[in-house]
Amino acid sequence: MLKNRIRVWSLSSHLGSIAATLVGLLVLTFAIGRFMPADPARAMVGEDASREVYEQAVRDLGLDRPVWQQFLHYLGDVFTGNFGHSIRTGRPVIEDIIHVMPATIELATFAILIGAGLGIPLGIAAAVNKDRWQDHLVRVFSLFGHSMPIFWTGMIALIVFYAHLGWVGGSGRMSQFYIGMVPSRTGFLLIDSLLAGQPEVFWSALNHLILPASLLGYSSSAYITRMTRSFMLDQLSQEYMTTARVKGLSRRQTIWRHAFINIRVQLVTIVALAYGSLLEGAVLIETVFAWPGFGQYLTSNLIIGDMNAVMTCVLIVGVIFIGLNLLSDVLYRLFDPRTK
Amino acid sequence: MEQPILEVKNLSIRYNGAPADAVRGVSFTLGRERLGIVGESGSGKSTVGRAILRLLPSAKVSADIMRFEGTDLTALSEAQMLKLRGRRMSMILQDPKFSLNPIRRVGHQVAEAYLRHFPVSRAEAKAKTLEMLAAVRIRDPERVHDLYPHEISGGMGQRVMIAMMLLADPDLVIADEPTSALDVTVRLQVLNILDGLVRDRGIGLIMISHDLNLVRNFCDRVLIMYGGRVVETIAARDLDQATHPYTRGLLAAQPRIGGPRAPLAVLDRRPEWTEEFTQ
Repeated sequence: MLKNRIRVWSLSSHLGSIAATLVGLLVLTFAIGRFMPADPARAMVGEDASREVYEQAVRDLGLDRPVWQQFLHYLGDVFTGNFGHSIRTGRPVIEDIIHVMPATIELATFAILIGAGLGIPLGIAAAVNKDRWQDHLVRVFSLFGHSMPIFWTGMIALIVFYAHLGWVGGSGRMSQFYIGMVPSRTGFLLIDSLLAGQPEVFWSALNHLILPASLLGYSSSAYITRMTRSFMLDQLSQEYMTTARVKGLSRRQTIWRHAFINIRVQLVTIVALAYGSLLEGAVLIETVFAWPGFGQYLTSNLIIGDMNAVMTCVLIVGVIFIGLNLLSDVLYRLFDPRTK
Repeated sequence: MEQPILEVKNLSIRYNGAPADAVRGVSFTLGRERLGIVGESGSGKSTVGRAILRLLPSAKVSADIMRFEGTDLTALSEAQMLKLRGRRMSMILQDPKFSLNPIRRVGHQVAEAYLRHFPVSRAEAKAKTLEMLAAVRIRDPERVHDLYPHEISGGMGQRVMIAMMLLADPDLVIADEPTSALDVTVRLQVLNILDGLVRDRGIGLIMISHDLNLVRNFCDRVLIMYGGRVVETIAARDLDQATHPYTRGLLAAQPRIGGPRAPLAVLDRRPEWTEEFTQ
């Protein structure tokens, strides 16, 4: 009984903290929209509009009303899914985002798979061989990933792997030849092409995806490697590792059966955070590879002060992080008996 | 005389990068008996225990003889050591709060010691585990089997540790300060359990401790270590007749209930005791 009550209580306090975060996020995006130097009414009517037209726009947008009313109005809009129109594209912001998000999700998902698939084993190898050559090699490798300017590596990689070697596709999500051949059902090109029964489009998309995803993955693997190494070092020096050795387990067995299971939770958390920052969009890589994703969308709207779009993008990034934090909390409870 | 379980002659250990040996010229033999190794912190007593199990990766260990039941431990490969560790020699560590893996059920951790060495099914290993948990006087083995380390007390944790290390029926058990992390009230209880099992099974026990009264009551013989050397070897019952000034100093530095309330003697430490000595 008591246990159940504690569980319910912790769940509701959890939901409460999520709600609080969400409200804070909405206040922030609202503030961005209202207090930024960009004037939404002016942006709507243009620089040459007459005074009457401008004032009409101010009234239409509700900007003459008190701030708290504007905020409530904004909340109402958000919860009914009305995020306004983008000034730049003239379409509803939400439609724009639904259009660009799948490209970024595809890229980010492949990148995080590569980043975690590379970073976790390397981090473990470095920790297990601390201060030996393997450790130094991993350090150099991840330092490179961390400090190379990604727009530069992106261009070099394009020159080498696309222009010279021809191993991968160039910029864009697929070869020019296939554009428009596959109807967009989910927006995920890899899925759409398979649904349409077009394997050659699928391969072309994969071919175009692999290089930017590898570069992003490499750069996020630097962080994952470093964190994995330090989590692992923490565990390797624990006394229970000696116990496992005394039982007759080999060093390798103690690492996988005892130390690794103790760092899973922390790994999930940092991988989720790295995934989140990839979902924010990687502007530089998207620009170099002409990848029509979220990062490009956000940046180009930010530059011209398209506030409806910017506010919505910020809101979405916030929601993504709240979701990923929630996910890692749930996995925490699953993996660590001490949290039950 | 029967073959000793463990024979160590002129054991020296130096940690990598250290300016001096942590242990120098330690020699002793162990039969089916309980041997105490006593000394202050840094005297090298735990290091000796770990060297016997060959669990000092960052130290250089050398010995004229280090023989376990006729096998030369210094000559064994790591693969051969894996067959020995946990099966024929094991070690009880100090604090169950740290020596048990926090996210695995205690029963599984105990069973692992058995599964590692015997080709049995999980069910058989579990039966063996429950039997052993009962042997360390855990009243409800089925329930404790499924608990996690943070759900059991320190005394219970140390009994689980004893069960784990004795499960494969080893010939040598090294107990490295097995009760110094426990409350005084459960200390005796845990020691009695360990003592009973060690005697019943004819296990050779090395009890590493800094507690003279503990080794006096639970050991047959005592090595007194100081500065990486054995300064005196003495039968536990003759401890009060110890001749070495360091041992006498240790005995004098102990408080006694009902004794005079004068300040306790301060331990005298002389560098020459770490040099050669004659027994």
